[in-house]
Amino acid sequence: MTTLLAAQGLSVGHGRRVVAAGISFALEAGQVLCLLGPNGGGKTTLLRTLLGLIPPLAGEVLLEAAPLASLSRREVAHRLAYVPQAAPGGFAYAAREVVAMGRAARLPLLAAPGAHDHALAEAALDRLGISHLADRPVTELSGGERQLVLIARALVQDARCLVLDEPTASLDFGNQALVLREVRALAVRDGLAVLMTTHHPDHALLVADAAMLLHGGAMIGPMPSAELITPARLRAAYGVDAVVGALQTPQGERLVCAPLVGPP
Amino acid sequence: MKRGALAWGVGVAALVVAVLGALAVGRFPIEPAQLWAILTGTETGTASIVFWNIRAPRVGAAILVGASLAAAGAAFQGMFRNPLASPDLLGVSAGASLGAVLGIFLGLPVAAVQGLAFAGGIAAVAAVAALSSAVRGQGDPVLVLILAGIALGALMGAAISLLKILADPYNQLPAITFWLLGTLSAATREDILAAAPAALLGLVVLLLLRWRLNLLTLGEDEARALGVNTTALRAFAVAGATLATAAVTALAGAVGWIGLVVPHMARMLGGPDLRRLIPLSALLGAAFLLAVDTLARVAGRTELPLGILTAVLGTPLFLWLLVRARRGGAA
Repeated sequence: MTTLLAAQGLSVGHGRRVVAAGISFALEAGQVLCLLGPNGGGKTTLLRTLLGLIPPLAGEVLLEAAPLASLSRREVAHRLAYVPQAAPGGFAYAAREVVAMGRAARLPLLAAPGAHDHALAEAALDRLGISHLADRPVTELSGGERQLVLIARALVQDARCLVLDEPTASLDFGNQALVLREVRALAVRDGLAVLMTTHHPDHALLVADAAMLLHGGAMIGPMPSAELITPARLRAAYGVDAVVGALQTPQGERLVCAPLVGPP
Repeated sequence: MKRGALAWGVGVAALVVAVLGALAVGRFPIEPAQLWAILTGTETGTASIVFWNIRAPRVGAAILVGASLAAAGAAFQGMFRNPLASPDLLGVSAGASLGAVLGIFLGLPVAAVQGLAFAGGIAAVAAVAALSSAVRGQGDPVLVLILAGIALGALMGAAISLLKILADPYNQLPAITFWLLGTLSAATREDILAAAPAALLGLVVLLLLRWRLNLLTLGEDEARALGVNTTALRAFAVAGATLATAAVTALAGAVGWIGLVVPHMARMLGGPDLRRLIPLSALLGAAFLLAVDTLARVAGRTELPLGILTAVLGTPLFLWLLVRARRGGAA
């Protein structure tokens, strides 16, 4: 197992304001790591630091053992691909053009994607089962479809580590399951290292090998999801009562996390 | 692909019609049949002299100016993700105007006025870039750049106003006013040959970068995560757009509206992809300015300034596009 993304004693924040400190983890090939935490807890700040978009306030990020600070944007993009939230709006590019944009770090400054790049884009769309959307403007796609297009874009970047920012946010029940299945497949089938943030502790139990919880300026974990996700920790982080229990499913027993809303 | 073919067809047709129209009207009309004779060298009389010395330079100038302003506008609207961006966003027009007005005020010869205009446009954008990188800090670099452009633009506007007040109201002030509205009436073949290299170099830079400029439309974070050095890319593109705009502004004066309105027309025709939008804008910009310049030559007893006609024709067109877009059309 090779460590593709690691943080060592990392403090993240803006300017002099520390949002979270003491963050250490290592993410290996074939592994899914889930980042949990309430809104405003610093998940986005941590992701932006890991991507090198803002500098760490302390500590270090390592990409395939190389210090992030020593790499150019292009070198970072060769090692780490980012899948943003599929926000609506933006320009009406065709899906295949959006996917081909993932080749930016692999092309010289003045070049545009050629036949080879478009073939890779085609293959990535096919791999995610959305070839039929290739010519549609992304602005006309559903949230789930757009999310898959952005994952395809990250795949053609040809990095071994993927960072996804709340890939299931604002998706319906069916699209959430679809995206989660793909996330799992990227790690298990393709051997990529995947870090994803989520609002649903249950998603960590469903797809992640390990999870970590960022709240109150400190990180708990990473540790196996089943160990991390306990009613007491959820209560402390989210201020809500929840139960975690085993459920018999056709695919075997699995842990499920459900919130309790109590009587009014 | 169908949409692309249609868009290119419309663009090329518009330019051909504009060129034939520009040749066919005026004090010495040149018919298409005559044009063929002139180009093949079988006609060498007055028509040929008019064509090579007067009409062709003017048509060439209009094409160069329109194409440069529209392409620069399309690049700016894409990379600043703002449909209201135009080539003068970062002060290139204000700087060029200040240079030209200063030259006229000092009574310098035409070539020196043009040189000052070109230098003023480049210097203004360089100052805006230097100012914004000095005060950027942790803020949004694009916003700081645009605000610096607006601030310095206002300052240069004040300087121009001051020079207008100080200028001789009988000779200099009309020249200044005319220059600020733009005209090709005085453009000679030498002027065009002087402006063309810089304008074409700027256009080539924008054309070569046009796919990568698409990435800037995704926003700063996403573009950087895709491996793009956004600061360097933006600097290259701004340099290309500024070079082209300053060169054609030195040639024709401060012609407004083209850089703002034409990219919108091109986007409705061919979509937002800058790979198509930048060349298509150049094509439509050339056709539009050539048509406007032809109208300027023949509409009145004296030549009308381009800036007045581009605004008179451009404003209704722009409002129509706005209404169409609001009703759920493509934009």
